[in-house]
Amino acid sequence: MKDDITREERVAGLKGMGCSRKRVEDARFTQGKGNYVDDIKLPGMLHGDFVRSPYAHARIKSINIDAAMALPGVVAVLTAKDLEPLGLHWMPTLAGDKQMVLADGKVLFQGQEVAFVVASDRYVAADAVELVEVDYEELEVLVDPFKSLQSDVVLREDLVAEDGSIPNGAHGPRKHPNHIFTWEVGEEEATNQVIDNAEVVATEEMYYHRTHPCPLETCGSVASMDKVNGKLTLWGTFQAPHVVRTVASILSGIEEHNIRVVSPDIGGGFGNKVGVYPGYVCSIVASIVTGVPVKWVEDRMENLMSTAFARDYWMKGKISATKEGKITGLHCHVTADHGAFDACADPTKFPAGFMNICTGSYDIPVAYLGVDGVYTNKAPGGVSYRCSFRVTEAVYFIERMIEVLAIELNMDPAKLRSINFIKKEQFPYTAALGWEYDSGDYQTAWDKALAAVDYTGLRAEQAQRVEDFKAGKTRKVMGIGLSFFTEIVGAGPVKNCDILGMGMFDSCEIRIHPTGSAVARLGTISQGQGHATTFAQILATEIGLPADSITIEEGDTDTAPYGLGTYGSRSTPVAGAATAMAGRKIRAKAQMIAAYLLEVHDDDVEFDVDRFVVKGAPERFKTMKDIAYAAYHQAIPGLEPGLEAVSYYDPPNMTYPFGAYVCVMDIDVDTGVPEIRRFYALDDCGTRINPMVIEGQIHGGLTEALAVALGQEIAYDDMGNVKTGTLMDFFLPTAWEVPNYETDFTVTPSPHHPIGAKGVGESPHVGGVPCFSNAVQDAFRPFGNRHTNMPHDHWRIWQTANSLGMHG
Amino acid sequence: MIPAAFEYYRPKDMAGVIALLQEHGDDARVVAGGHSLIPMMKLRMAEVPHLIDLQGIDGLGGITIKDGAVRIGAMTTQHEIITSQALADAAPIMKEAALQIADPQVRYMGTVGGNVANGDPGNDMPGLMQCLDAQFHLTGPDGDRAVAARDFYEAAYMTERADDEVLTAVTFATPVGGHAYEKQKRKIGDYATAAAAVQISKAGGKVATASIAMTNLSDTPIWSQAAGAALLGTDCGEAANKAAVAAMLDDIDPTEDNRGPVAFKRHAAGIVLGRAIARAWSRA
Repeated sequence: MKDDITREERVAGLKGMGCSRKRVEDARFTQGKGNYVDDIKLPGMLHGDFVRSPYAHARIKSINIDAAMALPGVVAVLTAKDLEPLGLHWMPTLAGDKQMVLADGKVLFQGQEVAFVVASDRYVAADAVELVEVDYEELEVLVDPFKSLQSDVVLREDLVAEDGSIPNGAHGPRKHPNHIFTWEVGEEEATNQVIDNAEVVATEEMYYHRTHPCPLETCGSVASMDKVNGKLTLWGTFQAPHVVRTVASILSGIEEHNIRVVSPDIGGGFGNKVGVYPGYVCSIVASIVTGVPVKWVEDRMENLMSTAFARDYWMKGKISATKEGKITGLHCHVTADHGAFDACADPTKFPAGFMNICTGSYDIPVAYLGVDGVYTNKAPGGVSYRCSFRVTEAVYFIERMIEVLAIELNMDPAKLRSINFIKKEQFPYTAALGWEYDSGDYQTAWDKALAAVDYTGLRAEQAQRVEDFKAGKTRKVMGIGLSFFTEIVGAGPVKNCDILGMGMFDSCEIRIHPTGSAVARLGTISQGQGHATTFAQILATEIGLPADSITIEEGDTDTAPYGLGTYGSRSTPVAGAATAMAGRKIRAKAQMIAAYLLEVHDDDVEFDVDRFVVKGAPERFKTMKDIAYAAYHQAIPGLEPGLEAVSYYDPPNMTYPFGAYVCVMDIDVDTGVPEIRRFYALDDCGTRINPMVIEGQIHGGLTEALAVALGQEIAYDDMGNVKTGTLMDFFLPTAWEVPNYETDFTVTPSPHHPIGAKGVGESPHVGGVPCFSNAVQDAFRPFGNRHTNMPHDHWRIWQTANSLGMHG
Repeated sequence: MIPAAFEYYRPKDMAGVIALLQEHGDDARVVAGGHSLIPMMKLRMAEVPHLIDLQGIDGLGGITIKDGAVRIGAMTTQHEIITSQALADAAPIMKEAALQIADPQVRYMGTVGGNVANGDPGNDMPGLMQCLDAQFHLTGPDGDRAVAARDFYEAAYMTERADDEVLTAVTFATPVGGHAYEKQKRKIGDYATAAAAVQISKAGGKVATASIAMTNLSDTPIWSQAAGAALLGTDCGEAANKAAVAAMLDDIDPTEDNRGPVAFKRHAAGIVLGRAIARAWSRA
């Protein structure tokens, strides 16, 4: 048999790995045909809305629901008292703490859920919210974690024993009623000894401000309890639908087979949709109580005020080096503001996430990290906003410490990085704080980046600009922002990564149809990442069927195999690996079928793009399409009919994507307005599945990095009022504020991942934040700046210039 | 983001609007583009039991330029301001300012009348109208009257307009000389951190006339007569520019918000005005 097309054409026809296949999701998204939670409308569905606390800390003296209940259309008003008999007035958090579902006697942050109104339509519900009378007695507010640790005001009375003693928390001993945990990694004594005796030491304190992932779609759910068959269906904005099903089962007592959780299209997550929120619980309870479906969808202000924040880390660093710039030790202490409840979304054993990746891309012999978690009167959360667990904080910390050390050494910061990179031959490299980096070639990436931007030329231009500024010829200064980051993604090996005891593997199940198309279902859920596009590409290459003939399904726990969901750039490292492994099981059976059909021994056929060929006789082959048909419709001795496979993948290690970024910025010192002249981003995410999707991810992550670095924050006043509760004040950049990004890459495959891919969705955010920040800070370095905190909005930049005497 | 219930009206003529306003008093509001009022209603910061839509009324739109005067109907959108070549020729500062208001989607809906009548100190058109010494035309139960833009604003959201009056048009003399609208903002769609509207004419190499108004630096727009006066008769050089800025700083009274503390806003106000004067002079 002869083919009329070439091998290259056969490869191209698959649209497999490495090709910029257009996103299959975009047809519906660009035409407004997506199906989001708020698009779900069920017969008889009721609508829920929250009465929220206007105070950051207050005792609730009484709640009067009479007027609200009297409003036509109001079906129920739930308070903590109603949830208590079900044991649902509090719920466990992902961090081993518990959280009020509805205010139980007091409120601990502005916007906290106090009562849940259920009404016939959304408008009646909103009207009824205004009619619920809550009598508050204001209490002293603590918004500063350092003051909180000194205060006599106890925020969480439930966590203090009757005799006044402080029981251990989920992560060990607590030092104060408002203290959550101390987490330590590394060797403090040895680190201190090195630093105390070092030739050069740089110290710095930095505050990584509180911000919020702010997905375009806010959080919401629709719960439908069918009292006839006992089944609960829950649609929601869940980044981990299977985890929600298990938790819902444990909390409600409903058996897991009677719960179906569906994540429909999700309009962005960025970590905001990892947590379990009171709205989900209340919609379920309300549906159980009323017997009809109940929808809850928060508005933008509610999203910003109450569902999970990110960052809020007060970081104190000490770094030591030789006079030549070889780093000898690193000490980091973090005071972590977790808000009113510890609802951080981290693997259980890591209360500060992977903050212990804070040695960065550098070969640092000894290090120590200590983190103290603290309660304050702010919203709970602490999610990883477009990053793996706390990795953005870690990378910001080390990339600032490098810059500060460079100032101390009076050395070029690019050179300082080169001196200290983990070398190619050192991989796999075990860092001082425990992680084993899988692969990397940092110097090559760095040299490529510096050459691409003509780094030497930029420094010369900057020096001239400083002269010109001092001579009064310009009012603009120039900054060159550098960052070299290593991410740690793909959580993770079940041996050290679990959430609430659920191991962080992931899964893929493939069913090949007789005529040569397929459906694959995964335990992950796309929130815009394009899984339906890229996972089909992995499979196309692995099983030789065109990506266009493969449907990817996720998010329905009744059909998808169990998995831990999508966050922390884990989909490609974990579920992508499961997909490849399941594909290989398909291929193994296909090989036996092909050998039977070709009447040769199994070992005498080999896979070639879209077929098995007889070794040495390529004209004798069976395509995967032929094989699929035969698998179902031909009796093959010794083989079961059908062609299906499932793989549950427990990764042997994390993956460690890395990258080199350079930002060139001009700053008007009089207005504080920064202009980004150039942004160059080199990413190494290992094997590249779809370059176009990667580029899109990088643009998105950089834009969120720009947001955080240059203005995006959740700010509180002293009374605990949220000052940035709308998009007028909360900075969400548009195309207008975003520069042109230049993307580039190197490829260093992960040695332990089946296809060598590392994950990329979050790298640009992790590397981008310090790059933008370093550009601002570098612009002022020649004028005496050492460190200023983000966000670098106009007035704060102006203040930096002002404090350096640049306004005359 | 769910407004309270309200009655919606779409009268066909101004008499119908006035009748509704008289009937419902301050329980009624007219809506033009709706880009200030509707968000306030959704936040339940504005309770408007009776909402009167002006879209159905003929004659409230349109730009007329005749005999050295410009008339802009209240329902004229910012988009129409930007795309009117005749207006760009007659009063180019209008286009320069409108391009700095919000974003294209908002500008398709947002109107000049709504922008000036709402009394929001963040809006750009009020200061601009003061710079141009515009007249605001109001129609009420007792007929029509005109109020100078410079006399219209009393405090934030408080204006000379009575509850039963509707702002129907703005008029101003075709400006002469050079112009500039300089605005510092945090992002697209934002209100000004500081903005300056400047119109300067030149005679014999000296400043003949100068008008300066500032936006979002007090609870009303600020037309700084002293700042304009500081430029008169000068060569509009560095010293005059500084004197005008100093005079303006005496007239504004910014408050701290998320855009920054007072010291920064005063500094930014001085910078944007200095730049606006220089640009206007270069075009004079």
